[in-house]
Amino acid sequence: MPKIGIIIDGNRIEVEQGTTILDTAKERGIYIPTLCYHESLEPYAACRLCTVEVSRGGRSKMVTACNYPLREEIEVKTDSERVRRIRRTIVELLLASCPNVKIIRDLAKEMDIEEPRFKKEENDCILCGLCVRACSEIVGVEAISFVGRGVDREVDTPFRVTSEACICCGSCAYVCPTGAIEIEDKDGVREIKKFHASQPLERCKVCGNYFAPRVQIDWMTKKLNLPRENFEVCPTCKP
Amino acid sequence: MSPRKIRNKDELEELKASILQKREQKRTVIAISVGTCGLARGAGEVMAAFREEIEKHDLSDEVYLRETGCHGFCEKEPLIVIYPNGIFYHSLRPKDVPEIVSETVVKGNIIDRLLYKSLTGEKIICEEDVPFYKKQKRLILGNNRKVDPTDIEDYIAIGGYSALAKALSMSREKIIEEVKKSVLRGRGGGGFPTGIKWETCRNAAGEPKYVLCNADEGDPGAYMDRALLEGNPHSVIEGMIIGAYAIGSAQGFVYVRNEYPLALKNVWIAIEKAKEYGFLGEDILCSGFDFDIEINMGGGAFVCGESTALMASVEGKVGEPRAKYIHTTESGLWGKPSNLNNVETWANVLLIINKGAEWYNKIGTEGSKGTKIFSLVGKVKNTGLVEVPMGITLREIIYEIGGGIIKDKKFKAAQTGGPSGGCIPESLLDLPVDFDELTKIGSMMGSGGMIVMDEGTCMVDVARYFFNFLREESCGKCVPCREGIKRMLEILTDITEGRGKKGDMELLEELSEVLRDASLCALGTTAPNPVLTTIKYFREEYEAHIKDKKCPAGVCKELIQYFIDWEKCTGCDRCVGYCPEGAITGEKKKGDTYIINQNKCIKCGVCLDMCKLDAVIVR
Repeated sequence: MPKIGIIIDGNRIEVEQGTTILDTAKERGIYIPTLCYHESLEPYAACRLCTVEVSRGGRSKMVTACNYPLREEIEVKTDSERVRRIRRTIVELLLASCPNVKIIRDLAKEMDIEEPRFKKEENDCILCGLCVRACSEIVGVEAISFVGRGVDREVDTPFRVTSEACICCGSCAYVCPTGAIEIEDKDGVREIKKFHASQPLERCKVCGNYFAPRVQIDWMTKKLNLPRENFEVCPTCKP
Repeated sequence: MSPRKIRNKDELEELKASILQKREQKRTVIAISVGTCGLARGAGEVMAAFREEIEKHDLSDEVYLRETGCHGFCEKEPLIVIYPNGIFYHSLRPKDVPEIVSETVVKGNIIDRLLYKSLTGEKIICEEDVPFYKKQKRLILGNNRKVDPTDIEDYIAIGGYSALAKALSMSREKIIEEVKKSVLRGRGGGGFPTGIKWETCRNAAGEPKYVLCNADEGDPGAYMDRALLEGNPHSVIEGMIIGAYAIGSAQGFVYVRNEYPLALKNVWIAIEKAKEYGFLGEDILCSGFDFDIEINMGGGAFVCGESTALMASVEGKVGEPRAKYIHTTESGLWGKPSNLNNVETWANVLLIINKGAEWYNKIGTEGSKGTKIFSLVGKVKNTGLVEVPMGITLREIIYEIGGGIIKDKKFKAAQTGGPSGGCIPESLLDLPVDFDELTKIGSMMGSGGMIVMDEGTCMVDVARYFFNFLREESCGKCVPCREGIKRMLEILTDITEGRGKKGDMELLEELSEVLRDASLCALGTTAPNPVLTTIKYFREEYEAHIKDKKCPAGVCKELIQYFIDWEKCTGCDRCVGYCPEGAITGEKKKGDTYIINQNKCIKCGVCLDMCKLDAVIVR
């Protein structure tokens, strides 16, 4: 890829054409807050927290750093007054929706927001979509999705009933930044209540402890086209 | 027997001549408007009556009853135009039909009572002299009355597909050049120059390329695209074929709302007919160019009118927008270069190809060329679809075409551009209507909705209404739009219900800025417009709600009370009969004994509407 010159926070630098602003900033140790971004997943640009200001030829606009590709010589401001105002309002809006979520409270504290000016709700999901994308892009089963529209939007299985596609792998809970998805392993069964799912667990061939749902092992065997033995030992016992 | 495929321009001309010759044998044409609006007002029954009468008088060989789409004057449906003289009858009922046939069609006599009466009382015979139509420039919509949308021969008779034949003899570059020179801008709302869009898509790397027609019309009160698709679907299809040829696309899609059954049906018929005649499909007019069109039905989500959400929906995914840092002309449908234009934009293409950019350029203003169709609705006398040259003033549209405000009340505001448009006050009535002028004052052209409001409208309530619409239609993907609209609606609801407090307006403005700057798609970035324009132009109304807890327009229920004006009340007892709560009491014929029990009153306003003496007052 050819290189282009950009200015980021006053410093002129060279980047590979097509790199996103967020990747460029990360490489140079510039902090841009994110909530819906994960390096293993396609950028989604839904939380808008990574909004930065870009300008070219005297005209400036606000873009999201996570998915804005640097294709021309522009100037990027990651911490302008306008940027700070937007991020502050976004965090305040999320704080009103999810006042008990730690990651949001921490961000609010960082920005000196004590109390939101809006009526508080009791949500624990910020609808960042990390779980939905992990389930689709990484696991590849697409068991969960967004349901409902606008303020009624939620993450759930189709028709809010048990999905045959769900392998109870727990990737959704693993990527969730707010702890909204709980997993319970009990008596050889894994349950993800939020998604109406439960599956029997398999014991580790070495230590004998329950460690992964049987259907997950089936899925991995099939997906990676490797012998089943490769997946029958728990991570702790793996050589 | 399926018709012979047309192979070239000459054969098209021959076919047109033979159709016209065939049509000449009918001495009279009755064009009846049976679009969705007409049917809703009983045009179906009127049409059936005409069929019966024509049969009865054995006039089938002489009279052509043309079932057309909407003519535009929805207020006066069901309506007909009788050619060759262009006699205009309106507000018809089936019982009027025998007389029309026996008197006007057979004897040529005019039936006075069915004529349009102007505001000055003058009876008008011809359609073209009716003030509603007189000031319009119906380049696009005017053809609706000339064609039966299900009859391709009607369309060919008015020169249909001649633009396509001409375009196929032009180079692709020349077509794009012509569209660029015409300065045609997208009629769906954005106003992006169509020619530049085509050129970008044509030059974009990647195959195949797609062209799409956006018929996901969703603004409250806007229905011009429906009328075009229902009334003249071939004009949209022909525009698409020309665009596809210029861009180099072999596959097109029309994305139509599922709630438009008649439009869907007529587009479907038009596509099938166009294929039969060789205007669509393989080797179009023997030029070697192949192009096909598929119809996609939308599920009714407002956001699917947004280009990326529309394309996601066509792909079978959830209709949600995505970032457009890489434009859809480069990476759109299935990641391929895609060109999306609105229904009305596609129909404009024919004019440019047929008459040239230079001719087209003479209509309109510096930055906005051609005409625009508006849905003129609300508290205006003549509601309907009006097509006007860009640059006409709001005053001309509302007063000269629209006939002014119902009951001659005072004009308060016009809302243009749908839910994300702005409210324009009386002081700006002389504003020339075009893309740039509307944007300058904080509103927008949008798809062409124009809602007229009178003095009885509360502007805070209007802002609340549109935010409620947007709250339901936001897809919910991005935080500013999902959470911001919800909070702005909460604040607006508080203000209209008497819980407004100091700082509310400032907070609304602050949130507006964030929505505008940080939302993912245009639904969010333009959502603040109704709030920002009403605060800007009707600030005192917000202040009255917040500070004085009063609604000056007498709309917000929590802030008003109904009283009887004893000076005017004669004790007719009419209000007592209509009050659903039995809240009004008084001694008959003694006006000064009537009172409204405020504890029982539900503020429905029936007493106010029913009182003939204006003796009910709102405070």
